[in-house]
Amino acid sequence: MREMPAANPIIYDSSKCIGCNRCMEVCQVDIFIPNPEKGKHPIVAYPGECWYCGCCVMECPVEGAIELRHPLMNKVHWVEKSILMKNNKE
Amino acid sequence: MYDYKWPYPLEYDREEIINADVLVLGGGIAGCMAAIAAARAGQKVLLVEKGATKRSGAGGSGCDHWESAATNPCSKVTPEELTQAMLHDNDGFNNGISHYIECREGYDRLLDIEKMGGKIRDTEDEFVGAEFRDDGTKFMFAYDYENRFTLRIWGTTFKPAMYKELKRLGVNIVDRVMVTSLLTEDGIQGARCVGATGIHTRTGKFYIFNAKSSIICMSRPARIWLFSAELPGLCEFRPPQCIGDGHAMGWRAGAEFTMMEKSVRAEFSAAGRSYPPYGAGNNHNTWYAASIIDSRGKEIPYADRDGNILKDVKDRFRPAKGQKFFMKGGGIDFPKYEIEGPETLPFSKMIEEGYKLPFYADLTDLPEEERKVIWGMMVGQEGKTKVPIYQNYTRQGFDPSKHVLQCYGAGWTSASFLPQERQLFGLPGGFFNDWTLGTNIDGLYVAGDALYASDCYGHAAATGYYAGRHAAKYAKVNELKHWDKKQVEDEKRRVYAPLKNDSERGIGWKELNMAIAKTMQNYCGEIKYDDLLKVGLSRLKEYEENIIPQTFAYNPHELIRLLEVFDILTVSKIIIEASLARKISMKSLCFVRGDSIEDDSSKEKLIVIKQYDGKVVTREVPVNYFGDLKENYEKHNQDYI
Repeated sequence: MREMPAANPIIYDSSKCIGCNRCMEVCQVDIFIPNPEKGKHPIVAYPGECWYCGCCVMECPVEGAIELRHPLMNKVHWVEKSILMKNNKE
Repeated sequence: MYDYKWPYPLEYDREEIINADVLVLGGGIAGCMAAIAAARAGQKVLLVEKGATKRSGAGGSGCDHWESAATNPCSKVTPEELTQAMLHDNDGFNNGISHYIECREGYDRLLDIEKMGGKIRDTEDEFVGAEFRDDGTKFMFAYDYENRFTLRIWGTTFKPAMYKELKRLGVNIVDRVMVTSLLTEDGIQGARCVGATGIHTRTGKFYIFNAKSSIICMSRPARIWLFSAELPGLCEFRPPQCIGDGHAMGWRAGAEFTMMEKSVRAEFSAAGRSYPPYGAGNNHNTWYAASIIDSRGKEIPYADRDGNILKDVKDRFRPAKGQKFFMKGGGIDFPKYEIEGPETLPFSKMIEEGYKLPFYADLTDLPEEERKVIWGMMVGQEGKTKVPIYQNYTRQGFDPSKHVLQCYGAGWTSASFLPQERQLFGLPGGFFNDWTLGTNIDGLYVAGDALYASDCYGHAAATGYYAGRHAAKYAKVNELKHWDKKQVEDEKRRVYAPLKNDSERGIGWKELNMAIAKTMQNYCGEIKYDDLLKVGLSRLKEYEENIIPQTFAYNPHELIRLLEVFDILTVSKIIIEASLARKISMKSLCFVRGDSIEDDSSKEKLIVIKQYDGKVVTREVPVNYFGDLKENYEKHNQDYI
């Protein structure tokens, strides 16, 4: 049985990850464990403990193999300034 | 919830002993710089870090500015002026010694870090001709462009550079080990420190570190009032494993602390109450001096300390008429008039004048170099912004010349916390120190966030290096003393006990942390009362006596999380004890009592607190106990000058 976590901070692109485990070794919180299947990306064993610092992404040798994603509640909104100005005129 | 087998060999009860001249506890900025200093002084150095030294600590992933570099060639402010301003700004309740060290040696450390491979200058000439850049040195300054004592830095390059230097110097780095206790001579509380114990975060192996001198370079406490079982990693500004282990083991060993009664209403980074730091609209720190506009696109003006509206963006970076310099950056929430910098109108005034919510941070109309230096350099280099903010927002289409970013609170907080949701932030309490950054425990030194009234990267680096020098000096003239066998055996029993408890009925680390946080919110919230504090203390003691024996951990990772919560419990007790000792409300300590007494004899005194023989011992020390800054610094550092 599995349960969806409150946040899913790390998303791997399996086609890009080379399974080097550098992300796991640099993580100061130690949220990863090695994948039992050699060569595959680490398992995010403790997703709730992620500090969202991005060191795993910085350490990754393949661009785009890891995506760091803040939980949805932390999504910050932005808007084109010209739209705000236009609303003002209306 | 996964069902994987624990991937590492389990080595509970196995023991490893490592000797050194100087033992550094914690591998963040302060710890790395302490180890580098001690190794350069010819000592055999051992550094123990809970995470991975290459990127560990609050500043491991980056930093965008370095404060108080008063001795850089462009600075127009002296270390004495700057430290005095910091002291005055807090009515004396600040660490004169450590901040003088920061002002006096911070720039030396920047040059050091540059030699190690860190980037501190605009070597690519990206900002040639900008007002904040000195074209001779290629240094880039922030905030007060006339006085030039805060540098913009490429902090993401710093920690890996320090790590390389540690290796080059032959420092023995032990990663993934949580330090659990200090060892004292003959096991006596308050006696000379002879080392520490640790436990491996992946295998559970037990470590005994034996050294001539030791330096605590661990974090300030956290997760005292704030906790989320779902997102513990987002509970606080600093990393989740940085919760004040050093304070707890120092207390148990008999070290003195001060200002532990100080806490502030939380500012950001607790799960649910805030947005990613420097990732939402604001105009402070990393984002100074972004324009703020209302939801109709109308700009909210900046004003100087006298309320004069500043028409030109350039005026946001200049002191007011008749003002020597102004301060910005970390921990300047309600500055005193003397150092108050330009600021947008107060929130209440904005509403009064009819500005429409929500507000937005607006870089679109800033001069191009100001926009580029905020969105690009600063947001690209600050601790937790490079990947989740700069890279991700850019990928999702955020264009700083077109888009404006929504604000979620007034000012820099980007958050809305309740009064009882508190944090040790803005120069919080910590270890009490002398002019060597030594403690009352012989052979025990302290640096960085573990010191009382600490803040910021430069402070951590400067005090780390300084403590490293003095700990090395101590190690040169003192023999290695053996540890006490019984003290080690007692500690072993303590740390492994949860593994032997009943898992079915067990209480995990999250449940205990949540209970402590609720207790602290209830009994030691914004307004303190003797009666409530005492009940709070007895609740914590109940947890200690009745609940800790029921706690359980499935693996070494959970075990260290649980040991951290034991430390959080200890720190909570220190905070309540310190609050009980402070009988009057003190604005400068953000300390409010509902039952404040008339007597103000302790008004200009630090309350210094320690534990001895199971009892709490307090004494009062004048806030300016350190004497003349320059004279005492020079007296203690002839070999450095």
